[in-house]
Amino acid sequence: MGLKTFPGGVHSHDNKGYSRNAAIETMPLPPKVYVHLSQHIGAPAKPVVKVGEEVLTGQLIAEPGGFVSIPMHAPITGKVSRIDSFAHPAGTTGTVIEITGNGEDNWVELTDDQNYENLPADEMKKRIAGAGICGMGGAGFPTHVKLSPPADKPIDTVILNGVECEPYLTADYRVILEQTDDVIKGLKLLMKIVGAKQGIIGIEANKPDCIKKMRQALAKEKNIRVDALKLKYPQGAEKQLIYACTKRKVPNKGGLPMAVGVVVQNVGTAVAVYEAIRYQKPLIERVITVSGKIVKNPKNLKARIGTLYSELLEYCGGTTEDVYKVISGGPMMGFAISTLDTPMTKGSSGLLLFNKKEAEKDREYTCLRCGLCVEVCPMNIAPSLIVSGVRYNDWEQAEKYGVMDCMKCGSCAYICPAQIKLIQWIDIGKLEVGKRMRNRQQSAKA
Amino acid sequence: MNQKYIVSAAPHLKEKQMTVSSVMWQVVLALMPALAMAVFFYGFKSLALTVYGVFAAIVTEYAIQKLRKIPVSISDGSAVVTGILVAFNLNVASPWWLPVIGSVFAIAIGKQIFGGLGHNLFNPALLGRAFLLASWPSLVTANWTATKPAFSFMFNSINGLNPASIPAAAPAAFTGATPLAAMKTARELSDSNPELAQQLVDRLASVDTISNIFLGNIGGVIGEVSALALLIGAAFLAYRYIISWRIPISYIFTVFILTYAFGGMHGLFSASILLPVFHIFSGGLILGAFFMATDMVTSPVTRKGMLIFGIGAGILTTVIRLWGGYPEGVSYSILLMNCCVPLIDKWSAPKPFGEVKK
Repeated sequence: MGLKTFPGGVHSHDNKGYSRNAAIETMPLPPKVYVHLSQHIGAPAKPVVKVGEEVLTGQLIAEPGGFVSIPMHAPITGKVSRIDSFAHPAGTTGTVIEITGNGEDNWVELTDDQNYENLPADEMKKRIAGAGICGMGGAGFPTHVKLSPPADKPIDTVILNGVECEPYLTADYRVILEQTDDVIKGLKLLMKIVGAKQGIIGIEANKPDCIKKMRQALAKEKNIRVDALKLKYPQGAEKQLIYACTKRKVPNKGGLPMAVGVVVQNVGTAVAVYEAIRYQKPLIERVITVSGKIVKNPKNLKARIGTLYSELLEYCGGTTEDVYKVISGGPMMGFAISTLDTPMTKGSSGLLLFNKKEAEKDREYTCLRCGLCVEVCPMNIAPSLIVSGVRYNDWEQAEKYGVMDCMKCGSCAYICPAQIKLIQWIDIGKLEVGKRMRNRQQSAKA
Repeated sequence: MNQKYIVSAAPHLKEKQMTVSSVMWQVVLALMPALAMAVFFYGFKSLALTVYGVFAAIVTEYAIQKLRKIPVSISDGSAVVTGILVAFNLNVASPWWLPVIGSVFAIAIGKQIFGGLGHNLFNPALLGRAFLLASWPSLVTANWTATKPAFSFMFNSINGLNPASIPAAAPAAFTGATPLAAMKTARELSDSNPELAQQLVDRLASVDTISNIFLGNIGGVIGEVSALALLIGAAFLAYRYIISWRIPISYIFTVFILTYAFGGMHGLFSASILLPVFHIFSGGLILGAFFMATDMVTSPVTRKGMLIFGIGAGILTTVIRLWGGYPEGVSYSILLMNCCVPLIDKWSAPKPFGEVKK
């Protein structure tokens, strides 16, 4: 049987060999952590602690700023030393709560609810929301919101995203391999919460050991299956994953997976959900891949949220060559950041370091109109025509060729022979076309 | 650590195999089998003419870019491709200056005047050919050389026909030119001498003739000599994702269907199935479909648009070949379709994944 997949996409070098075989290591407690108030999509959290206050590990330090928001908890034990602006892994800045540790790791009291599987769905959701869980694949959408579809959108399928199609990253790979049972427990809870009949774990074919182990662990489960997916980027993009596993197409123009009865969660998120519901453990640590050709000892580290990237790198032995580019996340959709003194957040899946040769880009040529960007686009839009619209302020053309449907996976820019920075142009187009669409809606209302 | 890092928009990885120059040089490589076959059948003069064309193209590009004070890009290989294709559109009896003028025109008027690579509306090489054809029609469309293969087991063919098999009653025009011109001559006889016309058409659309045409044992321009060699190059480009199958296949398929339907002399579908095969492999169709219609700059970018482009070129080619004044219509068909590309792209915007039906 052929592997399941989606139309379009690119075949990139996966570069996962650097860190693939490094078992998850627990990073020693950092002396200081910097907890961003905005680590997710939605309203930033609001601090509930003051500078100088002592906090325990896992203690609430910021409450959600609305329904689409999450609380933050202290990742280490110590004293709140500062609430100030700080570098954010998305390349911007944001407000952080700085905690200076006292070297101890005294947790708030956790429970071990033996009856956790039979809790009512609402209680489960409350615990997930209380633990501050957001999607850990990168986008960071609050999990409890994703699990609360309106009544007219019944969910029949939960898909766990174990694809990890970004090159270099191996964090999800290690989680599936080392925490197989926790992933499955998390999936079962998610299915229970939304009342889904079937669960699917999507794993790319370059992780045969994960597929095998997961299938063995699920041998007795009738309504959970593992789908082996073709090695192709962006196989792990939400809509593409749903299509590969179920052949359902999420509607464009802002359609959500719930429109086709599906909820997708990352495997790491599933583990966090399990821990939140059973132990009421807040999300204060995650697995992150530190990798790159020039990293001395690439690793998969379980580190506390708010740990500085510079400390992660130091723990991995530093680099063998000068660093020219630092990427937070994966190389296809991650952010190039200007300083290693940036703290990791709940969505930080990777820290990559590139040398000069890897960091430099060739000069941009004129578009050759080769059409490869159209050929590879998983959203089936026409990137080069969007870009020519944006370049000449022809916003109607940009809109017509689908600028708002772009998910910025980067396949077009990856393949472009003319080295055109398509995503950068499309970003400009999204801003302007989005503004125009909102204006149109407003004037239609008036 | 005080070092500054490079900050740029994602993605941070790039397919290193795909650059403008690697694409162009691979096209050059893909044209080499055809050049080798031209040398084999027509002698080294075909190589010399190609070199003249390439040289003139490079010099013109260099001179114009110097004049415009913009970066010189002759190393990206695109001028080389144009130079080769200009020469490939000429017959081997051409004087040395013909490819030179063709290339100068192709680069200067066909490409640089629009702003250089990526901006031109028409395929530069075909524009060069059209210019030469308008200026020196007798040099471009006459003086076809009978092939002189280096090995004795191959006969010296006339239009792919064994000279001994040509009916004595055939008019002189039948033996002088290319297989397509011979076909035109034969068809023109259909009123005055239908029997002879049918006999000649059958001689042309025969397995023997077609296999000669396929290998290249025919009169013709340098580049279209061997369909086999061109297909080898095209397969390489398709394998490297440099050309998509959509334009060439839809183009050739359209010509196949239409020549089969209308090519017979006794009404619809009266032709032998060999006639469309003859039409596919003779003339410039293989060269045009795989190497000129697929020119990235002057063809549509959308999948549907590529199919429309191919079908349109196929219709035009068939119309010119069967009913037009010229025996061959590939170059004009492609040029005409080039004009339609902006419109085609406009009409064939792809439907986004998950498009909501209104």
